[in-house]
Amino acid sequence: MIRDSEPLVLGIETSCDETGVGVVRGTTLLADAIASSVDEHARFGGVVPEVASRAHLEAMAPTVERALAEAGVAFADVDAIAVTAGPGLAGALLVGVAAAKAYALALGKPLYGVNHLAAHVAVDQLEHGPLPKPCVAMLVSGGHSSLLLVPDVATDVRPLGATVDDAAGEAFDKIARVLGLGFPGGPVIDRMAREGTADAIAFPRGKYDDGTYDFSFSGLKTAVARWVEARERAGEPVPVADVAASFQEAVVDVLTAKALAACRAHGVKDLLVGGGVAANSRLRALAAQRCEAAGVRLRVPRPKLCTDNGAMVAALGAELVASGTVPSELDLPADSALPITTIRL
Amino acid sequence: MLVLAFDTATAAVTVALYEWIPGAGVRPRAAADAVDARRHAEVLTPAIAGVLAEAGAVPADLSAVAVGVGPGPYTGLRVGLMTARALGEALKIPVHGICSLDAIAWASARDEPFVVATDARRKEVYWARYESARVRTTGPAVSPPAEVLAELGVGPGELPVIGEGAALYPAQLGAAADPLPLLPSAAALAELAVTRLSGADGLPLLPPEPLYLRRPDARAPGPRKKVSQG
Ligand SMILES: [Zn+2]
Repeated sequence: MIRDSEPLVLGIETSCDETGVGVVRGTTLLADAIASSVDEHARFGGVVPEVASRAHLEAMAPTVERALAEAGVAFADVDAIAVTAGPGLAGALLVGVAAAKAYALALGKPLYGVNHLAAHVAVDQLEHGPLPKPCVAMLVSGGHSSLLLVPDVATDVRPLGATVDDAAGEAFDKIARVLGLGFPGGPVIDRMAREGTADAIAFPRGKYDDGTYDFSFSGLKTAVARWVEARERAGEPVPVADVAASFQEAVVDVLTAKALAACRAHGVKDLLVGGGVAANSRLRALAAQRCEAAGVRLRVPRPKLCTDNGAMVAALGAELVASGTVPSELDLPADSALPITTIRL
Repeated sequence: MLVLAFDTATAAVTVALYEWIPGAGVRPRAAADAVDARRHAEVLTPAIAGVLAEAGAVPADLSAVAVGVGPGPYTGLRVGLMTARALGEALKIPVHGICSLDAIAWASARDEPFVVATDARRKEVYWARYESARVRTTGPAVSPPAEVLAELGVGPGELPVIGEGAALYPAQLGAAADPLPLLPSAAALAELAVTRLSGADGLPLLPPEPLYLRRPDARAPGPRKKVSQG
């Protein structure tokens, strides 16, 4: 049940192309409103920063109104404002940060500029309750591919590894383009792959056995493109479903192998998978299978909470309020390269 | 009535708080100005908090917000507009937009025709032509400085040009002897807003929509590039 003593937090997310506004009370989700500019980017084959920033400015106030209405609360009920301060697209982040500061000033309420990646971790509390301490978190999306050790999402998040080149979601977008499947690539490749055979083509698994928790998807991307081009040059049809399935398998194989290795090495029994690529059905299935075999509990938020949203920012904000973290100042900057070790800027 | 005005469409972050008693005139209560083109977002909200504190006021005392809507380079301009819209939304008060070039024109108090030009970067200027400080006749527009006078059909020196653009490109624009003010001031914005709200003649109040004047830099991708050699 909802207790009025828990803080009511408004969370704002504008690090990429989604204008997200969420309202939570403690670990209870009250509203999760989203306006996306993804359709405006589709014809460019990727997110155009200036287009995203313009869309955030237009969408912000209506999305906030929608979130408050959905939550059945008024501005005056809000106890704190949380906003993504980074990492992300600089110009896009600034729109959210400017809005959050103005709301905090107008309402006389504390402001928390928070880390987008830590918010991807904290959001799971809205669905599955308090996070085990510690847990390992794997965050995979178009913007990030990170493995984190999370002793406490409000105070202590440690990077274990990250992509050294492309993010996993970026690789999905690029391969979708190679296969002529459009943008964004994640959902369409997931769909196509179900018609194909995952071991039809042996694509390389970058950094599979290198003993680190880092990822690399650029070699895989090039290998897939070369394979497709060779077929095209030879005048042979491209087996799109098999390419999609084999590519997807290479990505999720590396991701899950490294995530489980991290759990093993740190003696951690709980794995959280988040970010937009966590909506991928094969990633969910293989993670579940490997966690089961390793005796690790798997937590994956529902797809709408995996992709960028405002609820995750509000969830982390509520966690920071509960932990007694000092709020941000009104001169809070946006930091497009905010390190994961900085949970509150 | 307390009117909060600010503009972030140029390198300046300018904030002013004016008290307006309809029928009895207007007086400045507090102001803050900084020139820091790279840190609009960091500077603006603390400056607003500062002018409110200096005047002994709280946000709930505000009756209206006046904000410069550009034209201006995008990121800074958006910070001002987002701040104004969010304040208006949370405080449930009206937000009036004012062309940032109009604020410069207004502050010049000129009676003869002139041009205002500001820095649009990429070797271009934002500009508008005025009949006097109270009447805009052409623009706002964005052009290379060398084309502004041609677009107006006048020769160099025939029209005084004021603003930062005149100071940056004196040869192409034939700057006025005294091209001031160079940047918009929130004081001018507030006076202009109050003048119009009180029903007097003057430059128009606009919705709080950004005047970008340029499309976003984005091109649809060409044919897929091959990764294979040869
Ligand atoms: Zn994300």
